[in-house]
Amino acid sequence: MTTKSNNRRVVVTGMGWVTPLGHDIDLVWKRLLNSESGMGWTTRFDARTFPTNFSAEVRDYSIDRFVKDARVHATAGLNSQFALGAACQAWKQAGLDGHAALNKKRVGLYLGAGEGVLDFDQYAAANLAGWNAEQRKVDGVPWADTAHKVLEKMCEVEQEPNMPLAHLAREFGIRGPALNCLTACAASTQAIGEAFSLIQRGDADVMISGGTHTMIHVLGVTGFNRLTALSTSKADPTKASRPFDATRDGFVMGEGSGMIVLESLEHALARGAKPLAEVGGYGSSADAFRITDIHPEGRGGAASMHVALAQAGIDPLARRADGRAAIDYISAHGTGTKENDSIETRGVKRVFGDNAKDIPMSSIKSMMGHLIAAAGAVEFITCVLAIRDGMLPPTINYGTPDPALDLDYVPNKARASKVDICLSNSFGFGGQNDTLVVKRFA
Amino acid sequence: MSRRRVVITGLGPVSAHGLGIEPLWQALCEGRSALAPIRTFDARGFRAASGGELPDAFDVKDLVPKSYRKATKVMARDIEIAVGGALHAVTDAGLKTRGTDPDNPPTIAPDRFGCHIGAGLIAADLDELTAALATSRDANGKFDPAHWGQQGMQELTPLWLLKYLPNMLACHVTIIHDCQGPSNTITCNEASSGLSLAESQRVIERGAADACLSGGADSKINPMAYLRQELAGRLALCTVDEDATKKVKPFDPSSPGALVGEGGGILVLEAEETAKARGARIHAALSGTGASQSWCDDTVGLVPDASGESLADAIEAALRDAGVKPAEVDAIVPYGCGVPAIDSLEANALARVFGDALSAKPIVTLSPSIGATVAGFGTIAVSVAVKCLTEQRLPARLNSASTGRLAAAAAPSEARALRHILVCTPSLGGQNSAVVVSRFA
Repeated sequence: MTTKSNNRRVVVTGMGWVTPLGHDIDLVWKRLLNSESGMGWTTRFDARTFPTNFSAEVRDYSIDRFVKDARVHATAGLNSQFALGAACQAWKQAGLDGHAALNKKRVGLYLGAGEGVLDFDQYAAANLAGWNAEQRKVDGVPWADTAHKVLEKMCEVEQEPNMPLAHLAREFGIRGPALNCLTACAASTQAIGEAFSLIQRGDADVMISGGTHTMIHVLGVTGFNRLTALSTSKADPTKASRPFDATRDGFVMGEGSGMIVLESLEHALARGAKPLAEVGGYGSSADAFRITDIHPEGRGGAASMHVALAQAGIDPLARRADGRAAIDYISAHGTGTKENDSIETRGVKRVFGDNAKDIPMSSIKSMMGHLIAAAGAVEFITCVLAIRDGMLPPTINYGTPDPALDLDYVPNKARASKVDICLSNSFGFGGQNDTLVVKRFA
Repeated sequence: MSRRRVVITGLGPVSAHGLGIEPLWQALCEGRSALAPIRTFDARGFRAASGGELPDAFDVKDLVPKSYRKATKVMARDIEIAVGGALHAVTDAGLKTRGTDPDNPPTIAPDRFGCHIGAGLIAADLDELTAALATSRDANGKFDPAHWGQQGMQELTPLWLLKYLPNMLACHVTIIHDCQGPSNTITCNEASSGLSLAESQRVIERGAADACLSGGADSKINPMAYLRQELAGRLALCTVDEDATKKVKPFDPSSPGALVGEGGGILVLEAEETAKARGARIHAALSGTGASQSWCDDTVGLVPDASGESLADAIEAALRDAGVKPAEVDAIVPYGCGVPAIDSLEANALARVFGDALSAKPIVTLSPSIGATVAGFGTIAVSVAVKCLTEQRLPARLNSASTGRLAAAAAPSEARALRHILVCTPSLGGQNSAVVVSRFA
């Protein structure tokens, strides 16, 4: 029996994103460093009377600019469209476009993609056609009768959460292991972590990983509004997402995709690819606490951070030879809900002790909103860019300090800083916690 | 360094024959089918009026700890299946957890206890949602978003969304059993369960957990989910008056299609060393897994890769991972849903791997008895494979007559020497999963 190697080094060789701030790595990065907001009034459906009528939408986007043949993706839903644009950028940057020697059976996919968007108007029409007011239930026969007329086959099939996998596999001819995980807001951080683990184990040499999602639709906004998780600061959408600020009142929904190419170091070097950064460690945990609440001490988040740091060989309580704290930057989950931001702060202090106050931690959700399943991937990309350029993106709309939240949230303005090691956190509804350590490649 | 071996110590399958392996195994050996007219809703408006629903006796409220009963109100059917299966599996494995024995320390330390569950696209309960939608209709009876935004949405319980997030299966299971280790939710249609078992295997292997609750659950018994199966070409034409038990004929080209069944469940996977250290009864070894992606001409993979090449890649990867030669595989549990094009691609894949020896490998078919169980399939199939290994017996096969290269035609249950059993499936979307289960000695 062969023994699998579990210590192959894994590097990032390509990145791409489609976000509310644009569809190009450097353009969006520049806008993040300029403290720009991607928020506006919601246009994807008539949200005027909703408690939250604003969001961060992807604008002026089409896959035509990215894919080889848009016809094979003609039925793609928004999730798959976003994923295609982001993945094509990453694939190209990695130099895999036209790389004839690539063994596609050693190329895999691990995405944290969300479910597709319901064909809501038609779905509602079928439901109402089947509604039996006396018995307060939907009658199957009239429901089916209407549904058969108004719902379209491909629109329904494309809602399956594994469809972005299918579209990317088709675009790039990928034949290796392919998985999708859907762990709410933690999904794409987890996907990157598991893709990293698969390459380490030797199950693939190259993997596209990341996430894609939109929940800017009637039932998505309804669901989060009912949970009172969304900001209702209607006065100015660009000021609504206020992570770590004392007046924060919830997150703002964003949408889009972030994709990266991960590769074993030996494979990358053998083909002359340039590593952009290295994945240092990955940790996953469950709160196992309550359906809606996060563990008050941030137990689960602390656990995932500890596991990721341990795998990267980093002692969070130690300092480096040059006096710096154990790491240089934390890309926060930082949703802007009362609960998340305070518990995340507590969790970081629990892990880093006295070092915590010296580690800048910001939330780009203040600018591009919360991309739900895709959030972790765009935040991971931000870490790689922070390492590349020695710049930290800010948390904007930070005006009123919360006395309990006393870390360095990089308020309002980007900052130049020496960045070699970053940590990216994602925490999902349902108590899912995931952490990645990203390092400068050396 | 040799890697940690993973064993199966607890079985908690859930199927149309009920909770646990015993009722399922008995029905499979006796050749009974649970496929029948759907009771949960009036399915006469669909291509198929019959399917494999869980028995009425399955009630998650009776299964969960008393303190957790309130939470069953926010469980979609898929969540109930995972929760019920997990309680059963944990008991079968002889594990003390917060859910089964809150007064004693748990057998597995919470931070060493993981959870990986495959899930489907969960459809909202139509009665509940439509009762709310019906309050927001305009003069023409159409949905009125303005009224909905202002008022209508208040009709939904605040936790409404949490019934339908796929990761809520794992959320409830981890809370009940206090699994604080690595946790994930895989959503790859039919491949979901197998890929979740594989992820638990990797997690245990790399030492991130000592035990995992692992599996998958899916219920398409909801008009919207059911319609999606029909639109994807999965349902046989089967009126309410026809005998559904005779309908599905896996690997027989005359099969009219599939009937869907609810189910899935949870298995307990453990590192062999820690299972032995606690004196656990080991059912079987999960000795290898493999995965691959098909080339799909239609992109979305309604029928992925007719050649079966990619599914064969996943099977070969699983055999390599297990260190098992094709000749050592003594039985196969494929998806075998009864949709001829999908059966044919599975047959092609198996022929690629096993060549002429294939006709001598008994095929265990589940779909005529419990239906096509989609994201729950791999969990049920692995449970049945484990039972085949421990009983050294094959269950009966139903309905199929002419099955070509595959030993899949109707046959009674028989005793058989079995060492390794392969479980495999393609999926809508093109992801393939293969799992090798081995007799533990």
